[in-house]
Amino acid sequence: MRRLALICLAGLFATPATAEITTKTTTIQGPVVTAGGAVTETVFALGAGDRVVGVDAASLYPPSVMKLPRTSYFRALSAEGIIALGPKALIAVEGSGPPPALAQLQSVGVQVVTVPGERTVAGAEARVKAIAAALGRAAEGEALAQKMKTEIEAARAEAARLRGDKAPPKVLFVYARGKAVLNVGGADTGADRMITLAGGESAVTGFTGFKPMTAEAVVAAKPDVIVMTTRGLQSVGGPEGAAALPGVSLTPAGQAGRVVAMDDLLLLGFGPRTGEGLRTLAALIHGGR
Amino acid sequence: MSVAPARSMMIEPSSRPRWLLLGLALALAALCVVAIGVGALSLSFEQVVAALGEPLGLPRPADLTDLHVNVVWGLRAPRVILAALVGGGLAVAGALMQGVFRNPLAEPTLVGVSGGAALGAAIIIVLGGLLWPEGLGAASQWITAGAAFAGGAATVALVVALAGGTSAHTLLLSGIALQVIAGAGVGALTFIADDEALRSLTFWMLGSVGSATWPAVAVAAALMAPALILAFSLSRPLDALTLGERQAHHLGVPVRQIWRRAVVAVALLVGAAVALCGVIGFLGLVVPHLVRLLIGPSHRDLLRASALLGAVILVGADLAARTLAAPAEIPVGVITTLIGGPFFLGLLVQARRRVSP
Repeated sequence: MRRLALICLAGLFATPATAEITTKTTTIQGPVVTAGGAVTETVFALGAGDRVVGVDAASLYPPSVMKLPRTSYFRALSAEGIIALGPKALIAVEGSGPPPALAQLQSVGVQVVTVPGERTVAGAEARVKAIAAALGRAAEGEALAQKMKTEIEAARAEAARLRGDKAPPKVLFVYARGKAVLNVGGADTGADRMITLAGGESAVTGFTGFKPMTAEAVVAAKPDVIVMTTRGLQSVGGPEGAAALPGVSLTPAGQAGRVVAMDDLLLLGFGPRTGEGLRTLAALIHGGR
Repeated sequence: MSVAPARSMMIEPSSRPRWLLLGLALALAALCVVAIGVGALSLSFEQVVAALGEPLGLPRPADLTDLHVNVVWGLRAPRVILAALVGGGLAVAGALMQGVFRNPLAEPTLVGVSGGAALGAAIIIVLGGLLWPEGLGAASQWITAGAAFAGGAATVALVVALAGGTSAHTLLLSGIALQVIAGAGVGALTFIADDEALRSLTFWMLGSVGSATWPAVAVAAALMAPALILAFSLSRPLDALTLGERQAHHLGVPVRQIWRRAVVAVALLVGAAVALCGVIGFLGLVVPHLVRLLIGPSHRDLLRASALLGAVILVGADLAARTLAAPAEIPVGVITTLIGGPFFLGLLVQARRRVSP
């Protein structure tokens, strides 16, 4: 009944501009715009970088994308901005939008391909395969997925070797956008999965997702290492700024000076460089003990 | 309708408002044409004219494609019209509130409508995943808009019920209290929102006319046209109210009824604006002031000129928002405040110099 009401409601307002977003696609011919850091990275890793005519604001790798025209952030895309770049398709990570902008793109004949957005190893593989299929490069996709798997396994073995027979370090991930916006990552986040894969243990497990960081919670978590993103660390004023954040000086990590940072996309992107990200993270959290 | 002599003596007639109204109407028309002509996709003047003329049966030149016609008619035209409607509606709502409360700091948020609307939308954005786990697809936009409008209307109804028609003072305080409570509700939802919902919420709160479609324009027009007519019908009583509630009452103005009508008009105008475009700040507060600086406080001209100037400002701001950083887009609320704020301060300083040399 509710569904029927919804369909009626949708039908009432339906115009050619509000068509359903297609998920199954035919192979894309011609230029594309990409939205989402891992999506852009994957398109380049599949050797189709020369077809990318524009990227969203979250696409920061490989370095050559910095020269491409940039649309807004993938959740706030502008239809005409993308149309003006003349693509045949938009390859966008799940959650891209707003939905009306995607509908507008389809209404003018720009194909919208939405690919899985999960920040997990399985999600990374599914994402690579979906993008490869859309670009008509299934074979390259299989090869890339295989390469990622091998690299992730190697990185995990390396992490286990670094850890040795010691207890896994307790790692706290702090997501910062300036000193006013500080969040800690709980269970079921990309950071949590990366930390576990790299042989660490999340210092906070009482909640899922991100929650505002409080001094007492940081102290209670007793992290051995605090991990931040490079841009996040910069935004709080570098290592000195991070050491001065509320509660940090009272943690083992703060006292040992073990507030470390790594590239945002490498840590949280779950793109083609996930293995490299794990290796980097493992070296950061197991090193210096 | 005959002009009551007492009131025509109250406000000195002048030809200045008529010129301002004409000027603003021409400026709005010109700006709309420019805004439809300019965008991230660059089109020549001839292409724009041809694209606009296409549905009227004009022949299509060789360099005009379906894409161009779609961009002009499907993307830009509804967007420009929605911006004009919403800008005008917000400005008129602000003028009404300032008239009802006889307070230059009054703005539409004071009767709680924008807070309630934001809360309605936030509930759907944050909790929608629980209600509809399979997702809503294209309908989500309309569910959110509907919830926003319902939230705004419910809040206003509650404000009016709480105030019980006692005084503008009580109305104001209930409005402020409910606005704060709704704000706290949005805050609580922000806290429990996951990353994705949080970002949708943030972008929604910044305001945008980017999602404009023809159905959205139709909905906006259907809600706002009666509200504007209602608002314009209140201009004489609002003039009388400037003398004070008691004085207006003695002049035969049904004060409470006027409040209630004004609040209904504001609820329709702001509710529709917030539902379709998110929260766009600054216009409701500042546009009526700009108009008063130019032509004085008579509500008849004030309301009309506010509608036109509000439309001009939002169409212009949206034009800037979508072209300055193309192919990216700047949130339009940022533009209205960044450009409008200093401009308004400048006008204030100028007006002060004129008054006190």
